[in-house]
Amino acid sequence: MWNRFSTPNGMSRRHFMSHMAGASAMLGSSLSLGHSLRVHADTLKKNRKSCILLWMGGGPSTMDIWDLKPGTDNGGPFKAISTSGDVQISEHMPLMAQQMHHMAIVRSMSTREADHNRGRYYMHTGYVPDANVDYPSYGAVMAHELISQRPDLEIPPFVAVGGASEGPGFLGMSWAPFNVTSNGRVRNLEMSVDSDRLNQRRIALETIENSFISQNRGGVLEDHRKVLGKTFDLLTSKQMEAFQVDKEPTEVKERYGVGGFGQGCLLARRLVEAGVAFVEVDLGGWDNHQNIFRTLENDRLPVLDKAMAALTSDLDERGLLEDTCIVWMGEFSRTPRINGDAGRDHWARAWSVVVGGGGIKGGQAIGATNEDGTEVDGEPYSSEDVMASVCHSLGISLETTFTSRSGRPMKIANSGKLIKGLFA
Amino acid sequence: MAERKGKCTMMRTTKLRRPLVFQAASVVFSALVLLVGLGTLWGVSGFATRALAQDEASKPNRKATVPVQTEKIDKAIEASWSDAGVRPSPVEDDLKWCRRVYLDVIGRIPSFEEMSVFMKDKSLDRKLNLLRRLLEDDQYTEEYANHWSTVWTNVLIGRNGGMEERSLTSRQGMQKYLRDSFASNKPYNTMVHELVTATGSTKPGAENFNGATNFLAMKVNEENGVQATAAVSKIFLGLQVQCTQCHNHPFNQWKQQKFWEFNAFFRQTRALRRFVRGTDDIDHIELVNEDFSGEGSHPDKAEIYYTLRNGVAKVAYPVFVDGTAVGKSGYVSEVNRRSELGNLMMESDYLDKTIVNRMWAHFLGYGFTKPIDDLGPHNPVANLELFETLAKDFRENSYDLKQLIVWITLSKPYQLSSKMTKDNESDDPTMGEMPKFSHFYTRQMSAEQLYASLAVATQANRKGNLEEQQRRREEWMRQFIVAFGTDEGDETTTFNGSIPQGLMMFNGDLIRAAIALEPGTWLHQLSTGKGTPQDKVQFLFIAGLGRKPRPEELSIATQILVARKGEVGGMLQDMWWAILNSNEFIFNH
Repeated sequence: MWNRFSTPNGMSRRHFMSHMAGASAMLGSSLSLGHSLRVHADTLKKNRKSCILLWMGGGPSTMDIWDLKPGTDNGGPFKAISTSGDVQISEHMPLMAQQMHHMAIVRSMSTREADHNRGRYYMHTGYVPDANVDYPSYGAVMAHELISQRPDLEIPPFVAVGGASEGPGFLGMSWAPFNVTSNGRVRNLEMSVDSDRLNQRRIALETIENSFISQNRGGVLEDHRKVLGKTFDLLTSKQMEAFQVDKEPTEVKERYGVGGFGQGCLLARRLVEAGVAFVEVDLGGWDNHQNIFRTLENDRLPVLDKAMAALTSDLDERGLLEDTCIVWMGEFSRTPRINGDAGRDHWARAWSVVVGGGGIKGGQAIGATNEDGTEVDGEPYSSEDVMASVCHSLGISLETTFTSRSGRPMKIANSGKLIKGLFA
Repeated sequence: MAERKGKCTMMRTTKLRRPLVFQAASVVFSALVLLVGLGTLWGVSGFATRALAQDEASKPNRKATVPVQTEKIDKAIEASWSDAGVRPSPVEDDLKWCRRVYLDVIGRIPSFEEMSVFMKDKSLDRKLNLLRRLLEDDQYTEEYANHWSTVWTNVLIGRNGGMEERSLTSRQGMQKYLRDSFASNKPYNTMVHELVTATGSTKPGAENFNGATNFLAMKVNEENGVQATAAVSKIFLGLQVQCTQCHNHPFNQWKQQKFWEFNAFFRQTRALRRFVRGTDDIDHIELVNEDFSGEGSHPDKAEIYYTLRNGVAKVAYPVFVDGTAVGKSGYVSEVNRRSELGNLMMESDYLDKTIVNRMWAHFLGYGFTKPIDDLGPHNPVANLELFETLAKDFRENSYDLKQLIVWITLSKPYQLSSKMTKDNESDDPTMGEMPKFSHFYTRQMSAEQLYASLAVATQANRKGNLEEQQRRREEWMRQFIVAFGTDEGDETTTFNGSIPQGLMMFNGDLIRAAIALEPGTWLHQLSTGKGTPQDKVQFLFIAGLGRKPRPEELSIATQILVARKGEVGGMLQDMWWAILNSNEFIFNH
């Protein structure tokens, strides 16, 4: 369907590995082959790029978090505090304030989609919803581009923690997010039969499956087969231990915060360590049409602050931040004007996203909003630009092009441009 | 169908509450006997086409009875094929059509018995006869009503509606209303009017219970009823006005003014909380119409205000999308705004088009527009003339959904094979093309269809009364639903062919029950009954896939039997597991 995505049929990677094992045994040099594979793997690990998206469902008011306007009519009650970087943020983000030297705030986001569904789709794909083409989301695109760096990965390269994320679009269901709850529990993982019998069932299933696929009844059937292959892989993989966030020491769990989002961020770190290319962790509850300041101060911001700061510093301490890009964003932000219910409504024209790690120059704010927060001063940036910049930080070429069967070329990140100043 | 009001008498001699397959375990044995008796006759596709060919050959001048609307569909679609330069796939064999119809009309695959009944009918009108059984025979009323209640509950309140924390929607109430409506084949326009104008309590058993209120119960109080505005216009009129809440949409002729004028119809509506007697616990919601004083406090001219993006405040009164204004009074006794809205909707041809589009997409996989609930003038329409004709015919036939079902399911495009040919491979709507309906579009069963199909294929999950069964099904459904964290309760399902669904089909409770081998289970009876292992494998393939096993599949079964050391039950278990997990089972094709 999409030329670039066609992968050779036949062997799954697991099959391939077992063939390899057989071949090396025959050569009588399994030791040296194993050794060279390991060296290879270490090199790969070093250059292995990953991305963690902290998705703020509902549309957080960035004016109360990353781009404060204290003392103005629209500014609300929160004060700005200094940070370890050359930026100020909300007083209710004290732990992140100590990590801001890693992060860059893009304060000149300006988008047009102020409906939840449209905004979520646009920020996840770089495209506005289009009834005719189903575009792949961040996780699917990044996983697809980064998969070659992790040949040993047996678990899904795109994991969505505690939320839905967006789908794989035209890349097909085998690039769909693997949805798990924030405690990492994966349903229906317990095998009811031994591995021999599972294999026999697999052969029976593949026989039925393949004869139907050969009848040319549509690409969805091929996708189904690929997903089955991945499901079999995962059932027998030791790497599934990465999901067992419970195994972390208590003090680590407490450092991230014991709630869903904190544990989700901790899970994200474990998954990145295990080789997962893209993890999305969701924190909802930002659709604050009413009582916004109380909700932010007492509830959302403490949760966010603790988990995001722990994730950033933990990745840094483990030497992973250099190769892991963190992205913080929602579908849009909220009206600078405070409404009659002490809330803020949807606003997409001027707002902020936060990025860091993966070689991004931290401690700075890029762009600015005007005095009352309603407009962007200077060059505005879009979802496409954020996506392009994230791709760049992960070493994915912005010349990467997807080609449809009808021959229409589509550049990665919808031809977004690099956000100036993010990279040294 | 001229006698649509009359009951089909043919099948009424035995009044069964459930389809035959649920009756007794002995069905398995009789089916097996039937199978063995049929012997080689069951070369399924051959059987089907041969039977048909013989009938047609003996009566060369007769054709199957089809409604005139079906002929219109065929003519229009055939013309569009030659315009587009595609050639249709061949017509699918009758048994595959039968499977489609069961899935789409009553929400599950046919049982072995039901397939046999269908195939034994040698008349030219056997397809119509099957539709009559499904639509008019009492034994299917419950399943028909349940299926469409499920479909519409998801449309009206979402898959998660009534299941979230703090939700005051009663999913049971919604389902009860819809079940009753579909069981009595309530005309579609009546149903819409009732849903839009409903007052009363949401919860079954409460005073003034009216299940229809659940549609709007959680959509009117917050944000001045913008969710009610968006849902009613989108679901029933195919008009996407939600973006114009905040601004004039650049690609849409609907302006901000239209949104707030439509919104004004809902401003008398309140969802009141009713408490458990003597406590602070909310028991249910009562949807009422109350006098609306307007935002300017002039109840006799109850206006609402909204703000343009440039900050200018504007005023709006209730005006329908076609420009018809109703009285401005906020007093319910003078102007009941929702009633007025309901009445105006009844006159709108958007009402007709939207439901025809929804039903067409339900059966054919794609509608005349993409997405189906956007009929705005900016959105292109496939087969515009046919679309408008069907909408008009539907209105003129008393909004009878069962007739519409017959028109579509007997039509040529619905009968085509899902196998693509080199002459129609380009007809691939997933590639962004407008659908041309030149082959059947393979699609995954819904989670509910899968659940019901497994119940039929294995007789599992049938314990308890209807409410208990429904609750169990919803519990099972819950594992696939993921919320988006917005105040609007948006959600999506992971029952979409991704790994969580794969794991559920490999190891989930439902599948474990389906392949259970304990005494009393379906598989146990099959394995201990008469017949050779081969016969039994053949039975599994027909029951699950509606076809005989291929040689390579039988050979796998033989190998597995050796690996199980001759234990037939274990082999059947493995083969049944593989069948239920196969694309051929979980896709509608």
